[in-house]
Amino acid sequence: MIAWLRTPVGMWSTIVLGALLCLPAILPELMPENQARFWLANIFGRAIIYGIIAMSLTFLATYGGFVSLAQMSLAGVAGYVVAVTVNGAVPSIVGGLSYLTAIPLGVFAAVAAALFVGLVSVRTRDIYLLMITLALAMGFFRFVETNIAWFNGYEGIRNVLGPTVFGLPFRDPHVLYYVSLATAISLYAGVLYLVRSPFGLVLQGIRDNPRRIAALGYNVAHHRIAAFGVAGFIAGCGGVLATIYNIGISPGSVGLSATVNVLIMSVIGGLGHPIGAFIGSLIFAFFDTFAASIYDRNRFNTLIGVVFLIIVLVSPDGVIGFAKRARAFAKEKAAPKDWSRQGSKPG
Amino acid sequence: MSLQLFLTIILNGLTLAALYFIVASGFSLIFGLMRTVNMAHGSLYMVGAYIGYALWEPLYDQDAWYAWYIGVLAGMAAAAAVGVVMQKTLLGWMQGQELRQALVTIGLSIIVADQILAGFGGNPRQFFAPDAIFGSSYVPGVGRYPTFRLFQIGVAVAVGIGLWLLLNRTKVGLMIRAGVDDRAMLSACGVNVPVVNIVVFALGAALAGLGGVIGATAQPLAQGVDGRFLLISLVVVIVGGMGSITGTAIGAILVGLAEQVGQALFPTYSVILTFVIMVVVLALRPQGIMGRAP
Amino acid sequence: MSIRLSRRYALKGAGALAVTAAAGASLKSPAIAQNAPIRIGSVATLEGPFATGGQDGYRAMEMLFQAENMTIGGRRIEWIRESSNAQADVALARARKLIEQDNVDIIIGPLSGAEGIAMKDYSATLTGKTIVNGSSGAADTTLRNPSRNFFRFNTDGTQWMAGLGNYVRRTLNVSEVTVVAGDYAFPYAQVFGFSLEFCRAGGRANYLWSPLGTTDFASQIAQIPRSSGALVVVHGGTDGLAFMTQYAQAGGNLPIIGGSIMADQTMLSARGPHRRLMVGMVAAGPMADVIDDPNWTDFVARYRRMPGAFPSPSIHAVNFATNTMAVIRALKEVNGDLSGNQANFQRVLAAQKFKAPTGADVSLDHNRQAISDIFLTRIEERNNQPMTVAFQRATQINQTLGTPEAAFLALGAPSRTNTGCIAAS
Repeated sequence: MIAWLRTPVGMWSTIVLGALLCLPAILPELMPENQARFWLANIFGRAIIYGIIAMSLTFLATYGGFVSLAQMSLAGVAGYVVAVTVNGAVPSIVGGLSYLTAIPLGVFAAVAAALFVGLVSVRTRDIYLLMITLALAMGFFRFVETNIAWFNGYEGIRNVLGPTVFGLPFRDPHVLYYVSLATAISLYAGVLYLVRSPFGLVLQGIRDNPRRIAALGYNVAHHRIAAFGVAGFIAGCGGVLATIYNIGISPGSVGLSATVNVLIMSVIGGLGHPIGAFIGSLIFAFFDTFAASIYDRNRFNTLIGVVFLIIVLVSPDGVIGFAKRARAFAKEKAAPKDWSRQGSKPG
Repeated sequence: MSLQLFLTIILNGLTLAALYFIVASGFSLIFGLMRTVNMAHGSLYMVGAYIGYALWEPLYDQDAWYAWYIGVLAGMAAAAAVGVVMQKTLLGWMQGQELRQALVTIGLSIIVADQILAGFGGNPRQFFAPDAIFGSSYVPGVGRYPTFRLFQIGVAVAVGIGLWLLLNRTKVGLMIRAGVDDRAMLSACGVNVPVVNIVVFALGAALAGLGGVIGATAQPLAQGVDGRFLLISLVVVIVGGMGSITGTAIGAILVGLAEQVGQALFPTYSVILTFVIMVVVLALRPQGIMGRAP
Repeated sequence: MSIRLSRRYALKGAGALAVTAAAGASLKSPAIAQNAPIRIGSVATLEGPFATGGQDGYRAMEMLFQAENMTIGGRRIEWIRESSNAQADVALARARKLIEQDNVDIIIGPLSGAEGIAMKDYSATLTGKTIVNGSSGAADTTLRNPSRNFFRFNTDGTQWMAGLGNYVRRTLNVSEVTVVAGDYAFPYAQVFGFSLEFCRAGGRANYLWSPLGTTDFASQIAQIPRSSGALVVVHGGTDGLAFMTQYAQAGGNLPIIGGSIMADQTMLSARGPHRRLMVGMVAAGPMADVIDDPNWTDFVARYRRMPGAFPSPSIHAVNFATNTMAVIRALKEVNGDLSGNQANFQRVLAAQKFKAPTGADVSLDHNRQAISDIFLTRIEERNNQPMTVAFQRATQINQTLGTPEAAFLALGAPSRTNTGCIAAS
């Protein structure tokens, strides 16, 4: 442990973690109090929540080698299950459950849905998977948009206020922030642990050479479906938090732009490491909030599209890849690398 | 349900399928040769429709009988031009990096949609079909039926036959088919593969543009059609099989029928039907109905 | 993180976030200070299919603020515009940013129904802030669980249909209609308003619902019963245009009765075969292109001088204008004083009685929802341009269409099965 702290990664992780934990105390020193609350909940809190969803995509991309566009929908499955079953939501469709029951149910539903997505797409590879998951995501969106009986259609379900945590309402920015942070850290640590486990190693083996792994006697299909299940769990946790953060859920939360936004976050941050999801989501939250002030709000989509395009063209492995290369470049100027080949596929 | 209503719904499904086929065949063609998943295919549809509209509108106001045909040509040309620029400047040099190409085209589609919104505004628009194909015609068993929808079937059949002839009876087609099987060998035989790529991309994009103008005559043109037609193209080729023209036709017919039948029988669950078909096909034949096993 | 914070300050320094900096300043010295600006935020849809409506709403707001020289009671108006994409989550995020980051006093917005309900819920969590509706028209924004911080000076979707059912049954003497409508909350509310009157007057109605975003109505058109004497079309925007075009192409010729958002320049300015059918269409709504009223003539003349203005203001321009007028009037009355957690301002705002741009008298009920006039309109060709012409006015329509509130609520929320079609006993 002590030795790990001395490594650069360990040192930086500790510093970032410490800063994140102290953030609610730091922000009010930097800005007026109501703005500090805003930054805590609506920049950092939001970045962490959507970062979790993006991380489920990054996890599959980094260690499984496939990009799934269904992750926002899986988060939406969890969110909708909570909204449909929990007490107090408007309109009350099933209702009757407390958050204590509704939240695990939502996450469970997301895992089940993820296993289904994995099952449907397991026999295809790479680029087909991207197309199938996008089609499934849009199918889910159109379904919740047009179905009134279960999802209240276009209007969606409101007033999902969230539970009280240790007697404090979830709506308090500090509670929201710390619960999201704790969830994110647990999931992040879980992912890092999982990829070193035998399951994770087999998964990465499949990514690099499925035939060899199959020859070793592992069931490739089962591992890939299980990876989807794990990603569904992560997305489900993020989806529950996002639904409570948004005080409800509507089809727009799982629509094409929401789906693509998660992809944008992951790619901007970098598909090479799970941390990229959070970096990307923080950058996105910042741009999304302040675009009106720093750029013409009406053309926000052009701005974000251009940024995304530049990242994909110049640094396909995102900000973290860029940082890595910048460091490598500074170290050995003599031996420039072929950038265009690097990271053409995630992982 | 009366027999007449049933036949009307079936005919509606087929005419809708015709439109879907025109759009999706371009997507399938590009993928078949280059393995490029063009996520901006819906944007090409949109570019074709809007540019076509911009040329059509003033001519229509002058009562020019040829206004709509000019719109069609302009739409096809505009989409093809954008397609060529995309392939030449962005996609060509990352050939083989499928995921990166998909991401680039996603980025492009965001920008194109926003720029069209800036240029044309958010109001829905629609073409007015020329007199020759407007109004309704008598169809046995159905009664009066919109002529333009029948015309759609005609265009789709023409596109299908044209593509078949191109692929099976011409030298370019020979190269394309060879490229589908083995790109490296094609290149080794001295064929200028990048030029073939550009030709195919232009053709695929022009089909999207053609679909755009025809689609915007049958249905309104507004923000969001890009996503809709991208999704339809995806589902059609996933069901029918990548790179197969026959497969695309089968996929389009299944999706078109599913949409109309579902809408008539159980409107709130009709969306599901399309995706049930997709999931069943994937479970039984992951490569699609007419797709070749990888 | 430190990098990001310093970037933020760098931006401030560059003046790009001058607005934010001012927010910080005004917070340190409470808003009562006579010369601190009044901060008004707004949310409208500037992305996606409703973008034109959102822009027109802002055009009307800008016109009204300019007329005041951007100053009320000696305090400058600082107007911060935000944009959403007609989705509740996004509208909510923008509202939070305006209230918490930009520290605005009042928000005017949003444009669409789902956004309105989300912002109403959010407003209930605030103290000392006021949200005034922009153009959203869902009944539940003010009817069920109203929020004391949310005010709406425009009428809602159910109110807009007032008078139409009786007109169709009694004046046009149609005994059976077929209603074709979108399968979601806004059309439910409009269909409810229509059916309530029409069925009470002895009419019969068939209903054909289609999901939002349907583009191919051919199969539905084939199902319209032959016994129908008229077609009531309650679709908006793209769906409405698709339906009408395809109905015209299928050779349909029933008289058309329109929902409020059918009789809109969005539909009328689009070219296509639907135009032939739409001339003569009767509809009901809060406005028309031609209203014989001096207030309206004056408003339209001023509106047309704005850059990019349409020949006639859209429904969103009128709604945003009505709500903004209320805010301006109340701010003048309190002389720009928003102290005491806006308690006095909100009281004055709730008591506003004035003439909307259309010349209709507006006042609020106890849920802070507008009571106002509804126009029956007909589409006529004038100078070769189709436009909606108001020919009758139903005065002082409240949110429950004259039914006592308890009885109205007992009818239940409008839905595809609760159409409001209850025959008079």
